Amino acid sequence: MKILLATPCLLLIALFASLSLASTSHAKEANSTSPTLSYNQDVRPILSNNCFHCHGSDEESREADVRLDVSGSVDLEEMIARITSTDLEEKMPPADSNKQLSPEQIEILKRWIAAGAPYEEHWAFVPPQVHNVPICQDTKWSDQPIDRFVLARLERAGLLPKAKTDKRTLLRRVTFDLTGLPPTLDEIHAFLSDSSDKAYENLVDRLLAQPQYGEHMAKYWLDLVRFADTNGLHHDHYREMTPYRDWVIRAFNDNLGFDDFITDQIAGDLLEEPSIDQQIASGFNRLHLIIDAGTALPQESFTRNVVDRVSAVGTAFLGLTLQCAVCHDHKYDPITRQNFYELYAFFNNFDGAPETGGRRGLDFKRGLQPPYLELPTPAQAEERQQLEREIADLAAKIEALKAKPDDADALKALTDQLAQQQAARDALVTAIPATLVMKERAEVRPTHMLNRGVYDQPGDLVERNTPAFLPPMVEKEGPKTRLDLAKWLVAPSHPLTARVAVNRFWQQLFGVGLVKTSEDFGAQGEAPSHPQLLDHLALQFVQSGWNVKSLMRSIVLSQTYQQSSQASREEYVSDPGNRLLGRGSRFRIDAEMIRDQVLSVSGLLNPTMYGKSVKPPQPAGLWKIVAMPSSYPRVFQSDTGDQIYRRSVYTFWKRGLPPPQMTIFDAPSRESCIARRERTNTPLQALLLMNEEQYFAAARHYARTLLQQTDLNDEERIRQAYESITSQRPDDATLSELQNAREAFRQIYTADPASTQAMLGGSEDAELAAWTMLVHSLLNLDSTKTRE
Amino acid sequence: MKPLQQFNDLASRRQFLKSSAMGLGTAAFGALVARAQTTGAQTAGASVGTHFQPKARRVIFLFMAGAPSQIDLFDYKPDLQKQFRKPLPASISQGQRVTAMTLGKEQLVAPSMFKFSRQGKNGVYMSELLPHLSTVVDDLCLIKSTHTDAINHDPAKTLICTGSEIPGKASLGSWLSYGLGRMNENLPDFVVMNSAFWTGGTGNVQALYSRLWGSGFLPSKHQGVSFQPSGDPVLFLSNPPGVSKESRHRMLDLVTKLNQQHLDEIGDPEIQTTIAQQEMAFRMQTSVPELTDLSQEPEHILDMYGPEVGKSGSFARNCLLARRMIERDVRFIQLFHRGWDHHVGLPKKLRGQAYDVDQPCAALLKDLKQRGLLDDTLVVFAGEFGRTTYGQGNLTQTSYGRDHHPRCFTTWMAGAGIKGGITYGQTDDFSYNIVEDPVHVRDFNATILHQLGIDHNRLTFPFLGLDQRLTGVEETHVIKRILS
Repeated sequence: MKILLATPCLLLIALFASLSLASTSHAKEANSTSPTLSYNQDVRPILSNNCFHCHGSDEESREADVRLDVSGSVDLEEMIARITSTDLEEKMPPADSNKQLSPEQIEILKRWIAAGAPYEEHWAFVPPQVHNVPICQDTKWSDQPIDRFVLARLERAGLLPKAKTDKRTLLRRVTFDLTGLPPTLDEIHAFLSDSSDKAYENLVDRLLAQPQYGEHMAKYWLDLVRFADTNGLHHDHYREMTPYRDWVIRAFNDNLGFDDFITDQIAGDLLEEPSIDQQIASGFNRLHLIIDAGTALPQESFTRNVVDRVSAVGTAFLGLTLQCAVCHDHKYDPITRQNFYELYAFFNNFDGAPETGGRRGLDFKRGLQPPYLELPTPAQAEERQQLEREIADLAAKIEALKAKPDDADALKALTDQLAQQQAARDALVTAIPATLVMKERAEVRPTHMLNRGVYDQPGDLVERNTPAFLPPMVEKEGPKTRLDLAKWLVAPSHPLTARVAVNRFWQQLFGVGLVKTSEDFGAQGEAPSHPQLLDHLALQFVQSGWNVKSLMRSIVLSQTYQQSSQASREEYVSDPGNRLLGRGSRFRIDAEMIRDQVLSVSGLLNPTMYGKSVKPPQPAGLWKIVAMPSSYPRVFQSDTGDQIYRRSVYTFWKRGLPPPQMTIFDAPSRESCIARRERTNTPLQALLLMNEEQYFAAARHYARTLLQQTDLNDEERIRQAYESITSQRPDDATLSELQNAREAFRQIYTADPASTQAMLGGSEDAELAAWTMLVHSLLNLDSTKTRE
Repeated sequence: MKPLQQFNDLASRRQFLKSSAMGLGTAAFGALVARAQTTGAQTAGASVGTHFQPKARRVIFLFMAGAPSQIDLFDYKPDLQKQFRKPLPASISQGQRVTAMTLGKEQLVAPSMFKFSRQGKNGVYMSELLPHLSTVVDDLCLIKSTHTDAINHDPAKTLICTGSEIPGKASLGSWLSYGLGRMNENLPDFVVMNSAFWTGGTGNVQALYSRLWGSGFLPSKHQGVSFQPSGDPVLFLSNPPGVSKESRHRMLDLVTKLNQQHLDEIGDPEIQTTIAQQEMAFRMQTSVPELTDLSQEPEHILDMYGPEVGKSGSFARNCLLARRMIERDVRFIQLFHRGWDHHVGLPKKLRGQAYDVDQPCAALLKDLKQRGLLDDTLVVFAGEFGRTTYGQGNLTQTSYGRDHHPRCFTTWMAGAGIKGGITYGQTDDFSYNIVEDPVHVRDFNATILHQLGIDHNRLTFPFLGLDQRLTGVEETHVIKRILS
């Protein structure tokens, strides 16, 4: 879109935007303060984005036999001549590539060549290095390594960190970040009245120990592995894997080592005598989209499933886009087509059908597709045995009676009884929790590279292996297995796994990762804003035994994390993503947190954990416009009772049309692996917060609770409502605005009893209507939906 | 971040600054009510992202979900009558893969039972099932050589709507919203409306997925806004029971003041954006009901769209709504009409489907034209693939079905810089293979972008290490010869 730069005002904007990006400032800094360029920081991004497409690792598309991704394959003088040429025939990149080098970029390349064109391996493919914790000018701010890496970067840019934020803001921030919920009034007061040095540390430990921590952490993981309650293709039928979700929640709460967390998911089924949990975790391999039998060809579906599985491993664990290499060698990263199919070979030995089965039978009703694991309670198991015995007895009696044709009445009675018992058994079985799991075929299926990725175009045979640019797998006798692959991923020397993981946890806490493109650590991904800090965190993480709670703890205890987000508009505009970490991050909370907060502050939240997904109300008719007549389920039926007030992590997720309360606030459809959500601000979000039925009902519920507290006067009620919704106390100006508004609402509803009745289902309580509107207003504040 | 994206974000931020300056002050929400009365274009962001002078400002995409039979509607093959029930020659099928439904079955030719006649100044053949569309054939360019990669509904729909068979990519409309910026202050820029058959019975309709109008990897503010046939046309549009306009106004007044106060304390311009979005939400509460209220449409206009226009959620009603949206400068409107998947009993079902769309499509074109809107509005009509020349199910002269066929199908375009009264591309005598001027669905989409002033190669977004494009990485061509 270079054409846009034609107008001067846009040039200004481009300049202004580039100043705001940490990675670009790196290059600037290198220009001004250091005579040497970094290949990884300064040069590779230019080459990758402009040149590798035709002069990179993909042999098929390589032009003129020139490659720039490795040293010694190009005439460097010729390169300078070509990139600076004014002859359109000569000029590189060519016009039809729609790429163009800026004068600054050309200057960087010239300097790089003048320095002998030194190459470096791509930073992310080199194992994390130990870096000395920097010595900073300011020695007082903090002695924690995280802070010193951050401060050194700030000092280089001539900036200072912000002061620590106030206790209320900090409490709200850390409670949201670790549990996905706002602090309760009691929690606020307890924290404020704790004046000990350890108050914050104790708070963090308390939050990490709450079961809500696991629910919150699971949400991000479920996006990453595209967890959902339907198959996502064609009929988009129901699928049951909620025990997997429960396992993820428990794994985070029990602080399962992240290496085990990964291993169990990739290969839990292959562990020696795998535990129930490890088998459940192996369901990771079953979370892909799957088509129902009848339209596609099974062989095609099989291929598609395996590609989906491999892609998930790429995004979730390696931070690489492997699927580019399905059809051709990767153009930017050194992943060949052969590499892809060698990884594919680990995942193509699934012992099960590639499409979901017919619509008859209990499996279909239960959303199950073999192989699956049943998880009956002891009582259920016993009852089932009992019923099976009775059914067998009855069947035997019926057989015996059939020999005596006279006894028609007795036969009918027995047949009826049998039908009854079978129905009872089916009802019981339907209620037994179950989940899809991974299972390996006994005999290893051979893997062919597929020409252009087409399922019926097999090429050369390949063996299971990992890409050559990453450390090799441990050699062993016999075929390598998924378990070997998992062990390879979590080997301490692996350059990607720990970096990719800690970066995502960082992203949760700051809104942006140290590597912004948390899904892509390849050549086209963004370089880290703080490369040494990323290495430090990754090494610490591995050394700690992949201890997630300890990592989260160390980050939230840093001064960096505790900074105030109050800053000037100029500071916000010059670094909108807070990439330099010169202030506390301020960003809108996720869809689930918004809904959970509304339920929590209004007192409606049902904290029940685990189990099958639930369906809170949604506007009528949404599924109807997408479902087929035999889609199952086809018609949305809201749950009832307090099930509709469960946390959003338990909300039923139909991939074909996910709950609008979630997607309007940027939740992904869970059709593909998503490592980070966009964060938008739209009128549809404003409408949702203003008018969603459950959100408004919550305001009414809380208003009623406020009025029932007869020991409070109106001012105290306002103060309480404000505090419980925003975690802050209203200042005088705010208080008076709120008082005026409540009075205005009271007048409106006193004068308009019809509206009052409409709001309150017949009651003419203008007072309650006014308080409802007041609470409703508070729930619509910008700061309510923001973590500051 | 790409310059275009930066520009859009900043342009909208600038616009928010401007609009909040108007909206704030002592009577925070007073100015809004006044502005809510004015609908139509505030073209702050319009055409800033174009690469060349656009022919079209707006697009209506009529998507026929399930895949209509080109042989029975547009692609006239009179010689096929002689081939009735004869096996399709191997020289024609050329090892084409089939679906699981007809795998291993005999492929017997099923000629169309419908009559075709020459229409318009150039004598373009049209089926008797499309009498109304036949009257506007001089505005249409029939593309008989459209083809696609996928043979099943889900991937084929995902491909034409998002440029890839694999879910996760951005839809055409969301690309436009991203690439061209905001065009409308009171209404969404990308609207989706759904309908299904009325007269074809209650048989099979193929599934849709919100990904077809989703934003994929683009920020979700670019996703299509699905208008609902019943209840609120836009989700969560109406105030909850008992929240009167006055009460809403007072509430927003309070919220705006407190947000503004907070903005003064903390520098984050995102607060300003929230204020602006709440203002727009409030305006939509007026502009959307005004848009969907058809009570002021005169009788003769309603008659044009046919008898079904009175039914909420009908294709006819959606066409009329589309025209009203075009008048109010909604940039991209996509209608999904389901029910075209005619594996068996095609003649009866196709008659019903044609009845659903024929008159409304023709009326839409005429109506736009008489208002001078067809000159800068592009209207396109397409399914996800075509249907086979061989029959499926019981095959007689008057009863047959047809399976999925990705190798050729007919689409059409009209308006904004498209030559009317012509056909483009040729298929063989069986309507099975393309023999002249193939148009991949990528080319079809690239042509839509081109008419909007966008070079499909240059509309990109970085994601997963690639400069993502609607048209992907394969070679793509704008269909230059159909452009006037």
